[in-house]
Amino acid sequence: MIEARGLSKRFHDKKRGEIRAVDNVSFRCEPGRIYGLLGANGAGKTTTLRILATILEPTDGTALVCGHDVVEQPEKVRANVGFLSTATALYPRLTAQEFVEYFGRLNGLDEATLRKRVDEIFGRLDMNGFRDRRCDKLSTGMKQKTSIARTLVHDPPVMIFDEPTLGLDIMTARTITTFIRECRDRGKTVIFSTHIMSEVEKLCDVIGIIHDGKLLTEGTLAQLREKYGEQDLEEIFVRIVTPLQARAEA
Amino acid sequence: MARNAIGIVYRKEFTEWVRDRRTLISTVLVPLFFFPIIMVGFTALAVVMMDKAQRETPKVMVLGGEDSPQLLAELRKAESLEIAPFHANWKEQISDKEIRAAVEIPPGFQAALEKGETKTVKIYFYEGETKSSFGADHLQKFLKDYRDRVVKDRLAAKNVPTSVLTPFEIHQENVAPPEKVSGATVGGFIGYMVVLLCMTGAMYPAIELTAGEKERGTMETILSSPISRMNLVLGKFLLVLSAALATAALSVMSMGISFSVLRRFNVSSGRGEAAGLLLQLGPKAVAAIFVMALPMAVLFSAVLMTIALFAKSHKEAQSYLTPMTFLVVIPAVASLLPGVELTPKLAMIPILNTSLVCKEIMTGTYHWNSIALIFASTCVYAGVALFVAFKTFQRESVLFRS
Repeated sequence: MIEARGLSKRFHDKKRGEIRAVDNVSFRCEPGRIYGLLGANGAGKTTTLRILATILEPTDGTALVCGHDVVEQPEKVRANVGFLSTATALYPRLTAQEFVEYFGRLNGLDEATLRKRVDEIFGRLDMNGFRDRRCDKLSTGMKQKTSIARTLVHDPPVMIFDEPTLGLDIMTARTITTFIRECRDRGKTVIFSTHIMSEVEKLCDVIGIIHDGKLLTEGTLAQLREKYGEQDLEEIFVRIVTPLQARAEA
Repeated sequence: MARNAIGIVYRKEFTEWVRDRRTLISTVLVPLFFFPIIMVGFTALAVVMMDKAQRETPKVMVLGGEDSPQLLAELRKAESLEIAPFHANWKEQISDKEIRAAVEIPPGFQAALEKGETKTVKIYFYEGETKSSFGADHLQKFLKDYRDRVVKDRLAAKNVPTSVLTPFEIHQENVAPPEKVSGATVGGFIGYMVVLLCMTGAMYPAIELTAGEKERGTMETILSSPISRMNLVLGKFLLVLSAALATAALSVMSMGISFSVLRRFNVSSGRGEAAGLLLQLGPKAVAAIFVMALPMAVLFSAVLMTIALFAKSHKEAQSYLTPMTFLVVIPAVASLLPGVELTPKLAMIPILNTSLVCKEIMTGTYHWNSIALIFASTCVYAGVALFVAFKTFQRESVLFRS
């Protein structure tokens, strides 16, 4: 379970002054459901998810992840989270197995449990063919599978995906989306950020539209369709965001 | 969360480190082969070349002397000299290394000698050119012997014993043991090399584990794991420190082997005196140097990591750290200057203090107060640097600089 309470993050830029990357954002993600954070580039999706993964600290507000406060107990939060983004790369000189084992050990798994978990995940993700291959020799698809294995090794109850399919080919992206669905089916709390409408439509149980650091609206796809009188999610998104963008540009 | 998180990070960083060829070059190959190549290779080559130059019979030219047949005849007879026929372009011949030197016998030299008047014989040579200097030395020695013979003959003619010229003898004798002499001669160089190689060893892993991690995109991966930032920094720091110490240890070891090989080479080639001047790195000196290098390696590792963390890429980190090399080299070189000795004030200056104390250790001098002061002050600097490194790792603006 994730509960964001008035999350805000401000950065200081020498040229632009203070930037409100996330502005008083509150939402709730339930176990066994996928929460989709939909927004354009620079809307604040990555910052929000980085705060939830405790990679960044909020300027104001807080969030609870599995009952642990992101500000007060960041290490406990991270132990309950699997975080995957296109920016979470692999260590080039470790093999796929060493890489996954490293994160398993950092998560406190004992050697026997770790071996069992690694065998199970490598089997499930069909990774045994390249488990001893160094990460810098893996294809993009293999790298993504290795990253997935890394997020799964400690079997976290919460999964955070930050634009995980960005720049991937169709087949690799499909592996990721299948994996996200599996996470939900296993009862995990899933939060997923993207700017690809079709992915949201296919995957998400609850959608939050974020723009300029603010969470503008949220609800199921059916609720949003009813509220804005549009069937197409892209149309709904444009209807919500355009007036604000026009105001900002004026 | 893992209990032994620092150890886990360290083991992983170590695995990656030993698999990196560039690291092996900077940490292992450079210190292992630098000294043997520089010291044994070049010194042996220099010794052989000098030997060859000294053994060569120099070709010299005689200018004038037509009215001094006696000296001319002596010069032609001398086995240590080869007389070249006179040529007007003798200066060019010296510059072009066709002849090594020339000797000018002034007009009326022999007549003046018989009358007891003093005339000046000039030797011309190419300054800075080793073989020409040796040629001039050979000529000088020949002329001195000739002059001594003339003096002896004059004294004998007047029935005066030659001992009148030397009412007493002067003799200098070294009382310092050979290791102290060698330590004073080349000991400073050891300190300098330990400082420099310690930093070289730490530099590459410091970049790799900070800016390299950002550049590859693995920083976010590791920050999303439950390890605390402090443990992460400590694990990384210990690896950088290991690299610095490994480089220092390998360089000291390689130096010891190089000196021992060189000593054997000198003894076997009959240069016993030169062998005595070579360093004798005993286990006590090696251990003492290693202990003194320890806090300095901590200081380097923490400072290099902190600076490199500000960079977004390997290349950027290298450009930040290159000026650091100068900052380190200057105090290290200062310790080599003649007259720079360990004082309580200098004992507080990082790097310079370690270089100076290494120099003292090499001479077998152990001033325990200074050693304690240097160790303590460097530990304080190292502690501050490590604290700054922790703090820098907490700063989002540094970790996610874009």
